[in-house]
Amino acid sequence: MLSRVAERVYWMARYVERAENTARMVTAFHLLALDMPKSVQLSWKGLVEVTGNDELFDNHYQRDDERNCVKFLLADADNPSSVLNSLRSARENVRTTRDLVPSEAWEVMNELYLFARDEIDQGIGKRGRFEFLSSIVQRCQTLTGLLAGTMSHDAAYDFIRLGRNLERADMSTRQIDVGALKLLKKDGEDPEPYEGLLWTSILRSESGFQMYRQHVKRRINGVDVVRFLLQDNAFPRSVTHALTQVQDALESLPNNEVPLRLVIQARRHAMNASVDELLAEDGLHDFVDRLQQDIADIHGANAETWFLAAPAHAA
Amino acid sequence: MAIDWKQYDPKPFFDELIAKPGKPRKPAKPLTDYLSSLDDAEIQSRKAAADSAILEMGISFTVYTEGENIDRAWPFDIIPRVITKAEWERVSEGLEQRLTALNMFINDIYNKQQIFKDKIIPRYVLKQSKNFREQCVGITPPHGVWAHICGTDLVRDGKGDFYVLEDNLRVPSGVSYMLENRQVTKRVFPELFENSSILPVDEYPTQLFDMLASISPRPQDYPEIAVLTPGIYNSAYFEHSFLAQRMGAELVEGADLVVGDDDCVYMRTIDGLERVDVIYRRIDDEFIDPEVFNPDSMLGVPGLMRAWRKGNVGLANAPGAGVADDKVMYAFVPEVIRYYLDEEPILPNVPTYLCVDDKDREYVLDHLDELVVKPANESGGYGMLVGPHATKKQRAEFAQLIQKDPRNYIAQPTLDLSVAPTLCGDDIEPRHLDLRPFILQGVRTDVTAGGLTRVAMRKGSLVVNSSQGGGSKDTWIVDEEN
Repeated sequence: MLSRVAERVYWMARYVERAENTARMVTAFHLLALDMPKSVQLSWKGLVEVTGNDELFDNHYQRDDERNCVKFLLADADNPSSVLNSLRSARENVRTTRDLVPSEAWEVMNELYLFARDEIDQGIGKRGRFEFLSSIVQRCQTLTGLLAGTMSHDAAYDFIRLGRNLERADMSTRQIDVGALKLLKKDGEDPEPYEGLLWTSILRSESGFQMYRQHVKRRINGVDVVRFLLQDNAFPRSVTHALTQVQDALESLPNNEVPLRLVIQARRHAMNASVDELLAEDGLHDFVDRLQQDIADIHGANAETWFLAAPAHAA
Repeated sequence: MAIDWKQYDPKPFFDELIAKPGKPRKPAKPLTDYLSSLDDAEIQSRKAAADSAILEMGISFTVYTEGENIDRAWPFDIIPRVITKAEWERVSEGLEQRLTALNMFINDIYNKQQIFKDKIIPRYVLKQSKNFREQCVGITPPHGVWAHICGTDLVRDGKGDFYVLEDNLRVPSGVSYMLENRQVTKRVFPELFENSSILPVDEYPTQLFDMLASISPRPQDYPEIAVLTPGIYNSAYFEHSFLAQRMGAELVEGADLVVGDDDCVYMRTIDGLERVDVIYRRIDDEFIDPEVFNPDSMLGVPGLMRAWRKGNVGLANAPGAGVADDKVMYAFVPEVIRYYLDEEPILPNVPTYLCVDDKDREYVLDHLDELVVKPANESGGYGMLVGPHATKKQRAEFAQLIQKDPRNYIAQPTLDLSVAPTLCGDDIEPRHLDLRPFILQGVRTDVTAGGLTRVAMRKGSLVVNSSQGGGSKDTWIVDEEN
């Protein structure tokens, strides 16, 4: 398969995953905000920080209130990772690989983008937000399922899996990091009593609440949630599970030595972490930082191994 | 309220479906009867169904005149145009004859140049041709064919006779829309396909593949075929990916290809380099090889011409094929047919005045208000003057252009282009149209059943190009005997 095509389907998968994760995250915090007493301020800006685009946000907005943050995350034309931009880029990448991707997938992708574009105001306003975002998540899942069920599981599909899971691992580490540290403003009422709610909503961002209850069983607490999202090999959105998928996809691709070595290292790194100690010693942030660097290195190795040297059609 | 064909008056033009108010042409009768059985709401709902099918199927073309590239939904009119099979067979023969002669002509131009030596065509025509490629002299591609894919624009005059308006021998586009128009029409009017015998058009991608395979330098069962596109910002990108997909060919950009030290063409894949046998290139000559043509081109592949000249890769259309696509050359095509085939042309040209000829030019300058003036080498309907619709100032400007560079202009009488019933808002009104059939030539020649019908959507307008607001229709070749 063409290097350029590999690059496009890889990014297509990353963009779709990014849009889906952002939609999940906003949904979870939308629901959390409805639960929180007025005295506890929920930092919507924290969500912007999760995506790593806070500087961009500050350049464009005066106030980091709910409306601005949600608008930035969902619709902003200047935010390359906004749901709308991610879907537009994903659509562009499907459009430009239509010779390869099943045509129903193109139709679903096209409708997904058109839906997002036409209904985006529903997502920004409070009233229609939940329905809008649920529909985005559902349509992303439809696309993922359609590809899994109708596309030959060949090299092109491996690149899709690679992109999707690398993006997922990245988003999960971000959730663990900033989500855990910065979402409650400590200047108001002591947030301690609401920590359970917060962790619950982080789990919800990853659609992991139910699975956590089933598999961890203990009452919700920071250590267990981080451990679940980082190390639970059976949960499809945990970091180690996503990295295992990355490894799996890499194993069938030619010339895979460098990226494969890096993913094995990163996975070991995530697996071996002692979560209690990291939380106790305030070392979680540094740890996640390094993990994100690992993930970036895997991406770099992918690009160097298979993609064109020409500037990437990418974020 | 249903359509009342008595209220529809195409006069003074030839109408494709309606002979005169209330009187449909025979092959169109089942269609017009059916249409008048639908009430207004039903027609509007079919129109809406077509629009949403086009949106869902993602049938689009790209316009980049508006600051950024915009992927626009393909403009489509739901009412098909109908031509009988008997009539089409004659046209089809004419197209085959024309392309055969044109290919012999191009091969002669790059080799013996006998037609000039025999003084059938004056030599100056070639000397000043912008699309003559010196780099191609001395080459004879497989089967002697240079233009493998030709899109010829046909129009009908006031009497309903077909004329050739121009031949597009460089990188003609539109065939994917012909195929998609049929898909949409099948979704919108499934009932009609049950009761009439409409010739299918779906064979095209297979025929294109077979034609391309027939020029592969390596005889083998599965030649590696690639469609070379300038990229996603090209207005015909939809078509490039559509054709690649339908043929199971690779869609490549210049950066995907590399010419090796062995003068063979390879594509960069995740497994390393893989040899390519045939390239259906959708990039103009000037950009395909920076080593030979425009050195600044980022779209092409350095060394491609070397590989082609050595016979290591098939190129369709061959570089230099555009030499016969020049509008001055066009004026001589009837002579070309007589000279190489010793036959009378089946399809007539539109009468053409060559501004380079003193007498013709004088006539053109005196009659600018009656004529259409076209530059010899533009496409897409750009840079032309439609005399009767132009202002005095525009005509004066064109008079100057013509005098400055007479070789670059031709003029033709404004034809009474035929019209067909077209849905315009809530009404059915006559609109002008043309037809672009596609002809494939390799070991054998195939002509599409019909082609792409383009419609000028604005009242009275003769401009059918989609880049300038034109629309399109499905084209039916109907077998009346079945």
